[in-house]
Amino acid sequence: MSATTTTPYRPSGAKRAQLWLANHFAILSAILVLLYLFLPVAYTFAFSFNDHGKTNIVWQGFTWKHWQDPCRVGGACESLVTSLQVGAISTVVATVLGTLMALAMVRYRFRGKAASNVLIFVPMATPEIVMGAALLTIFVQGFANIGIDLGFGTIVFAHIMFCLSFVVVTVKARIQSLDPRIEEAAQDLYASPVQTFWKVTFPLILPGILGAAMLAFSLSFDDFIITNFVSGNESTFPKFVYVASRRGIPAEANVIGFSMFVLAVLLVVGAQAVGSLRASRTKE
Amino acid sequence: MSSLAQVSQVAGDPAVHPTAPAPETQKRGWTAYLLLLPGALWLGVFFVLPLVQLATVSLQSRYPGFPGYYYRDVNLDNYVSALTDYAPHFARSFLYAGLATFLAFVVAYPLAYAMAFKAGRWRNLMMICVIAPFFTSFILRTFAWSQILADEGWVAGTLNFLHLLPGGHIINTPVAVIAGLTYNFLPFMVLPIYASLERADPRVIEAGGDLYANGFTTFRTVTLPMSMPGVLAGTLLTFIPAAGDFVNMELLGPQRGKMVGNVINDQFLAIPGGYPVASALSFTLMAAILVMVFLYVRRFGTEELV
Repeated sequence: MSATTTTPYRPSGAKRAQLWLANHFAILSAILVLLYLFLPVAYTFAFSFNDHGKTNIVWQGFTWKHWQDPCRVGGACESLVTSLQVGAISTVVATVLGTLMALAMVRYRFRGKAASNVLIFVPMATPEIVMGAALLTIFVQGFANIGIDLGFGTIVFAHIMFCLSFVVVTVKARIQSLDPRIEEAAQDLYASPVQTFWKVTFPLILPGILGAAMLAFSLSFDDFIITNFVSGNESTFPKFVYVASRRGIPAEANVIGFSMFVLAVLLVVGAQAVGSLRASRTKE
Repeated sequence: MSSLAQVSQVAGDPAVHPTAPAPETQKRGWTAYLLLLPGALWLGVFFVLPLVQLATVSLQSRYPGFPGYYYRDVNLDNYVSALTDYAPHFARSFLYAGLATFLAFVVAYPLAYAMAFKAGRWRNLMMICVIAPFFTSFILRTFAWSQILADEGWVAGTLNFLHLLPGGHIINTPVAVIAGLTYNFLPFMVLPIYASLERADPRVIEAGGDLYANGFTTFRTVTLPMSMPGVLAGTLLTFIPAAGDFVNMELLGPQRGKMVGNVINDQFLAIPGGYPVASALSFTLMAAILVMVFLYVRRFGTEELV
């Protein structure tokens, strides 16, 4: 694998360059791929300063004005607030329901387990457009008859549904990685099942639950395809951007989109820092 | 990440949990049903029931003489229409999604490999870098690609300068659509491959070199097979959303020659009375994808994954 073990002679310059490339091929291509991943983000950031006219496609000059008042464009901030609300409610409900399901799937033996597994897996293997179409037909032809019209409520119903399966698999992986003997020890020390759950099990699976909640929020916050079907006149941030794209996305959307990116990165980095700080403290 | 890694196990066989505790530590009893009930009910009402409704709509019949009006029936006309009138759309969807999945694999593998074996203490940072771009809205990033690939942009400009672009344009061509699909679902390819490589023992790969295999042979016979569960999960997680996507086509693609997702979207949201044919299209798409997933998992899942 490495060239150093079999090279008693000093290879020529071209040969050395070739060896260096072979050794660093993976890391070099990784850096290129990461640059590729960030290229559109850089564009989004750069064009948030574009002093554009009707469409924000060609660079026309620098301005701060979009950053000074991102809510200036009608509907941009309202749709952002809707997205945050939908994301928060969907995340809480999906995380609670999904965690309960994950506990049942790992810790219990019961009839219908295989069927439950299929019920959890199939939504993840179904294209969003099919789920959106199916939800639209049931909402329009069924739910509308009992007074539930397309809007905020139907968006939340749909988001909880498609986040649920992802929560279940994430929390399930965490529970499966736990040593069941830790809980048995608690029981041996006369902890009741309820005490065992809240004092032992829950703190141990909490990182998995938090990870699942973050995944659910990001799935909900960025969803467009299903939301587009079930939202009626309500607008979420991705829907606002999509509708605006017909006539040119205003730079204010770039400001909001890039700010959410920075916030999310800070949150993830912060969570990692807290995690590693805790880990180093428990070692001491 | 663990979720994505988990998908490969679920995909392999819904009933098998390779890392589940031994059965004797699993409890029996009604508690399981109580825990499952709220979530299962939710999936029942908002996943299964809508699909049943979609199925009944897809079987409706046309009122003769009243265009756009349908009545309840069990009639396969809509499916015939879906499969004949829209066969090219299905073909394009699967072709573009297939190409995008392959390209994503080619781009993702070196990154996942570097993260697993070469990154060292930079590993967490690289992980954040893979996920971070996806906190910017999916639509905004796709729109950014339409700026990057525009005729006035530097990509088309450079290629045109070098006379490497036969048509003169990238934007509004299938190439732009495939590029957009490749980009948008890339983390779904990187993360499962990374997860399965991370579990692999690097010493096994070194052993390949010690046994005088060259780099490529080691990769083909040792590294790649070890990462197959991740490749399997990654290709599924990329192909499924790509095949059903319509946003990349809408923002980057040509006016004519759309994908099946565009037809479903337009029939439902823009064309009055479009529900029945669009429902048949949706069901056909879902069935086709489920069959492909099943065959794919059987082909690669049973022989190489166990």
